[in-house]
Amino acid sequence: MMRRSLIFDVSIDTVFRMSLVFSIFMFFAGHNAPGGGFIGGLVAGAALVLRYLAGGSDGSQQVGARFAHVMLGTGLMIAVATGFGGWVWGTEFLENTGVGAELPLLGTVKATTSLLFDAGVYLVVVGLVMEALGSLGHEVER
Amino acid sequence: MTFVLITTVALLYGVGAYLIMARNLLHIVIGLGLIAHGANLLLLLAGGAPGSPPLVGAEAARIADPLPQAMALTAIVITFGITAFLLAMAYRSWILHGDDVVEDDIDDRRIARQAPSKDDS
Amino acid sequence: MNALVVLPVALPLGAAGLSYALNRYPRFQRVLGVATLTTVLGLAIALLVNVQANGVLVKAIGNWTGPIGITLAADLFSVIILVVSMVVLLAVLVYAIGSPRTSSEARFFYPTYLILTAGIALSLLTADLFNLFVAFEIMLSASYVLITLGGSRDQIRHGTTYVIINLLASMLFITAIGITYAAAGTVNMADLAVKLGDISPAIRDALGALFLLVFGIKAAIFPLFFWLPDSYPTAPAPVTAIFAGLLTKVGVYAIIRTQTLLFPSDGPSTLILVLAGLTMVVGVLGAIAQNDIKRILSFHIISQIGYMIMGLGLFTIAALAGAIFYIVHHILVKTALFLVGGLVEHTMGTSRLRRLGGMVHRAPFIAALFLIPALSLAGIPPLSGFLAKLTLVQAGLEINQFLIVGVSLAVSLLTLFSMIKVWSGVFWGTPDPAAPPGEDVGTGRLVFPRLMVLPTAALVLLTLVFVVAAEPLYRISEHAAITLLDPTLYIEAVLGR
Repeated sequence: MMRRSLIFDVSIDTVFRMSLVFSIFMFFAGHNAPGGGFIGGLVAGAALVLRYLAGGSDGSQQVGARFAHVMLGTGLMIAVATGFGGWVWGTEFLENTGVGAELPLLGTVKATTSLLFDAGVYLVVVGLVMEALGSLGHEVER
Repeated sequence: MTFVLITTVALLYGVGAYLIMARNLLHIVIGLGLIAHGANLLLLLAGGAPGSPPLVGAEAARIADPLPQAMALTAIVITFGITAFLLAMAYRSWILHGDDVVEDDIDDRRIARQAPSKDDS
Repeated sequence: MNALVVLPVALPLGAAGLSYALNRYPRFQRVLGVATLTTVLGLAIALLVNVQANGVLVKAIGNWTGPIGITLAADLFSVIILVVSMVVLLAVLVYAIGSPRTSSEARFFYPTYLILTAGIALSLLTADLFNLFVAFEIMLSASYVLITLGGSRDQIRHGTTYVIINLLASMLFITAIGITYAAAGTVNMADLAVKLGDISPAIRDALGALFLLVFGIKAAIFPLFFWLPDSYPTAPAPVTAIFAGLLTKVGVYAIIRTQTLLFPSDGPSTLILVLAGLTMVVGVLGAIAQNDIKRILSFHIISQIGYMIMGLGLFTIAALAGAIFYIVHHILVKTALFLVGGLVEHTMGTSRLRRLGGMVHRAPFIAALFLIPALSLAGIPPLSGFLAKLTLVQAGLEINQFLIVGVSLAVSLLTLFSMIKVWSGVFWGTPDPAAPPGEDVGTGRLVFPRLMVLPTAALVLLTLVFVVAAEPLYRISEHAAITLLDPTLYIEAVLGR
């Protein structure tokens, strides 16, 4: 068991939450501006890595680690399913379609199929980081 | 500008090629990483003249060619993943053998064993 | 109808996700794997029928048409290889289910195997050079995992070489793509076929050589084959079988595709013929020097690659048809041989010739399963190897390329010699007095898992069907060769004209 630094611990705790919020912002910013599922996932993954660095192999630190493979697999399925979805609403494989609406307070909001695809990518990336932390981090330390 | 980049590409390939001739897996990984950087830079160079970022809303005439950038991004992700895998293998090799030396061909070793050693002659 | 082109790639990919999400349930993973591959095999056959009737099928991903978007295109050549690949992938999956392994390996085996399937399908169907690179990486990443699954000493040692060589080849591939894009401004293969004609011949030749080098490493042609015999035999038997049967052939597919579409020559190419001859000779000589079934068979892969490249080098319709015919024959036969090798190793506990012997008395059925593909590989009439070699030899004689024809015939004899060596080492002679691990204690009979024998027998049977159906098969191959040599149809279909 490695020694934990209090300062690192406390500051990571703040940064961790902020990074997660930022990753969600990145996720929604995507497609027409820098961002998207991959980058959002990477930011969230980086947050998880920071958390691991602070907490080490303390089992309680990685809450969702047991479901990492479910996350990764589901993400891949969502991404592929979005491709097939095109046939359901009458477009080509992986073609981008969506609906836009004027909502109070939020302004114009668009929901596109590429957002769904990106959600899949996000899950794959986060799941992958968690799997890697599990097998290359926790298992190795043991 | 382009000349500097081309020289950089050549340098990266050269240093990388030198490093992958080492015995030690870590040297090889670093060498492959350098070659990968060279290749990605080459992809970027293939896109032609620099311009503003290819984002929606930018002036079409002034933006850089986005295709090589997309290709470079893909290539970076792929090489990153495989490099991580190689490092994991180096770690495993270290656990099993205590070193990370990349060995000779099986038949090379067989032939080497059959040849009279230099001390005998 | 064009949706058929996407499904062989997308289905295994989605199934891999499901299989990985539920990797605590091996029974479900098995059912899912077999179901997916059976479906994809059905789709591939439907695709074959469709392409034969309607010509090249094209699908633009996301409705971004070529040359900007990524296009998938199925022509007869790619679909033929796709069908055979799926047959072999399915057979080997059943074999893998039957062969024992630890549960932690199994958890990763099935999803990775499905990813491998998706990568192979995408490599065969894509009409875009960069997408081909991505497809190769999907396939290779899966193969890296499969070759080191289990993480034993030998696997790590030789797997390392395999990964390094392939990563280096991938870097060269990116380099070649970068230079291509700088020279022609496109990576769509159909668009390139048109535009490469306009650029300076020197750059064109350099690019052609670079692509030959890149795919030559993946296909293990002379002098880039050295990694293969070391890395393949260390993996578990089903993995070795699928690698031996398929992966190098995907490299051959890429060589034939790029050299016919992008860098066509006017007549027989001396460079490729010399490479083909040397690949055959060096491979078979290497095989003769070995004393282990798996290593002998690995060297034979190299030797056989030479024949396929020879078909490309002759560059006539008959020769390319022969090459396609040969690839189909080789995928079936080679996989079957490796599966038998795996059976022998599983039951006898070793694959070294010196410690085996006398199996013809103790397991005559297994001996027969080995004998048929082995003789076929050596080109004994009337088996499939004989027909495949005959078409190539005839094509060579037609255009007076006597040297390469002579070499190929001599190599056939040497192949027969080394097959006889395996036969007399494993199946004839006196058995080792010590009881092998696969022996039933009570009856003293050798036990072979039924799920491992069944797919092996099915593949051997298919090689025999290949002989009976040779005429129509050759007709299809010839048709495919005609489209390869006259790519205007392919180009027009991909560019959507």
